[in-house]
Amino acid sequence: MVLGTQSLSKRFGKNWVVKDLNLKVYKGDVFGFLGPNAAGKSTTIRMLLGLVRPTLGKIEIFGYPLSKSPKKALSRVGGIVERPDFYLYLSAKKNLEILGTLSGGIRKERIDEVLELVGLYEWANDKVKTFSHGMKQRLGIAQALLSNPELIILDEPTSGLDPQGMKEVRELIVRLSRERGITIFLSSHLLYEIEQVANRMAIINKGNLMVQGNVKSLLRDIKEIVVILKATPLKIAFDLLRKQDWVSSIVINKDSLEVKLPYNLISKMNAFLVESHIEVSAIMPKRTLEDYFLSITGNA
Amino acid sequence: MLKLIHIENIKTFYKWRTGIGFLAIGVLLPLMMIGMKLDMRHGPPAVAERTVRSLRENFFVIGSIFNGFSAAYFVMHSLWVHIPFLIALVAGDQIAGESAAGTFRISLIRPVSRTQVMTAKFITTLIYTTLLILFLGLLSIGLGILFFGRGDFLVPRPRAVLVLTEGQTWLRFGLAYILAIWAMWTIASLAFFLSTLAENSLGPVIGTMAIVIACLIISRTPLQLFKKIKPFLFTTYVDGWLKAFQEPIPWNEISSSVLYLGMYIFGFFALSLIVFNRKDILS
Repeated sequence: MVLGTQSLSKRFGKNWVVKDLNLKVYKGDVFGFLGPNAAGKSTTIRMLLGLVRPTLGKIEIFGYPLSKSPKKALSRVGGIVERPDFYLYLSAKKNLEILGTLSGGIRKERIDEVLELVGLYEWANDKVKTFSHGMKQRLGIAQALLSNPELIILDEPTSGLDPQGMKEVRELIVRLSRERGITIFLSSHLLYEIEQVANRMAIINKGNLMVQGNVKSLLRDIKEIVVILKATPLKIAFDLLRKQDWVSSIVINKDSLEVKLPYNLISKMNAFLVESHIEVSAIMPKRTLEDYFLSITGNA
Repeated sequence: MLKLIHIENIKTFYKWRTGIGFLAIGVLLPLMMIGMKLDMRHGPPAVAERTVRSLRENFFVIGSIFNGFSAAYFVMHSLWVHIPFLIALVAGDQIAGESAAGTFRISLIRPVSRTQVMTAKFITTLIYTTLLILFLGLLSIGLGILFFGRGDFLVPRPRAVLVLTEGQTWLRFGLAYILAIWAMWTIASLAFFLSTLAENSLGPVIGTMAIVIACLIISRTPLQLFKKIKPFLFTTYVDGWLKAFQEPIPWNEISSSVLYLGMYIFGFFALSLIVFNRKDILS
């Protein structure tokens, strides 16, 4: 286990922001940490990175207790907490030099490497105050990668980015995990983001852990799902499906159908339509993780 | 630790606010010297008039008793209340500035202890304070000599005349500036401590000045009520540099004031460590 928490709890004043949290992150995981706003995600991440002291409970990183051996525990960890803020009056390179020194010393070539990796090499000597939000976010990832970490903890790394920037960051996360074997702990309120990049996940709401496990297995637990169905002729498909008792509900749109049915009957629906001479061009789950998320956090 | 101090120095000395103190002194001192030089056309400058007046009661004064050392002494005397502000401006920003900027979120997640970070920041604060006072000293003596020349130094004292030879004067100024640096380290430590309590640097700067002014009022007000508190206030000792110009030098008084101020410096730093090590980084 790369990262584990035992009964991790944090109280601010009288409010328990995180309660009895038991997380397990294994080597090579891309671990999604989901929750609505004010669920306790950022506080948990701050505790994992030593910025906030837990009120109760333990954190172990690479087998080292964070409270007793913070240096050893954090030596192989990189992270971003919320939006990355830098010394704006210094250049990107100087910022990384400073952070490298705090990490125990980094080769100068390594700074160029990470700047190259995130596409900021050209702006290495520019002051960070001239950077756009996207560039700062990429510099945030560069600083997280600086010390060749084996675990990266990212708090909403795509927050505030445009769609292209979000896509690039997600691709980078997947690449880091696949090509370099880096374990990634990723929090997000963008539910589809976790679905796209994570293999394991935990969902937190009001400080409580709701569920934890393999993303695919958890999704299989969903009893019913809404799928977008594209078929020709659409009207006939609609008439056929609405007569089936295993279809819970069906809505016809301009060029597609929204069909709600049990998760394990999607293939049956496909076979039924093909046998009825309907040409099926696409069946897409509609925001599966979000539906799941909303149902277990009670916001459905 | 040296590397940490180095990066804290980069962070501090690359900031524009760090330059404000040097800029203020660099602009103000030449103006004061020029003003005194212009005053000299009509006799001793106004700042030396009090000394001359008391001397004339008993002596015939022929020639000029005002030189570069007199100017430097006057500058030190008159800027003494303002220097703490320039020090608090930087010292008060050391922790609160990073809290406000959010940079602790990238620096304190690294394998480095908060105590080490704080120690490096504190040493950097002391380095800044030392450089600022040395800059004040070198510029005031340098410009003073340039504008008014050198010679024996007539120390302005009430109902007494103390003339120091030029050689003695250099040594006395050296001692005075060492004591001044020590006193200003106390102010810097106070601002540094307040900086650990705040989330932006305005609070520590205002807080430091409010405490210094309040304590100065208590220290200087001849009331029985304050008499018992006075020995425990750091402001009672911050003008200890003046003792360097007494004859004989009151070493016992200097030692005790150095000791008291040292306790304050250590105390403020220890409190800063305790507060910061327990602090949750939330901003």
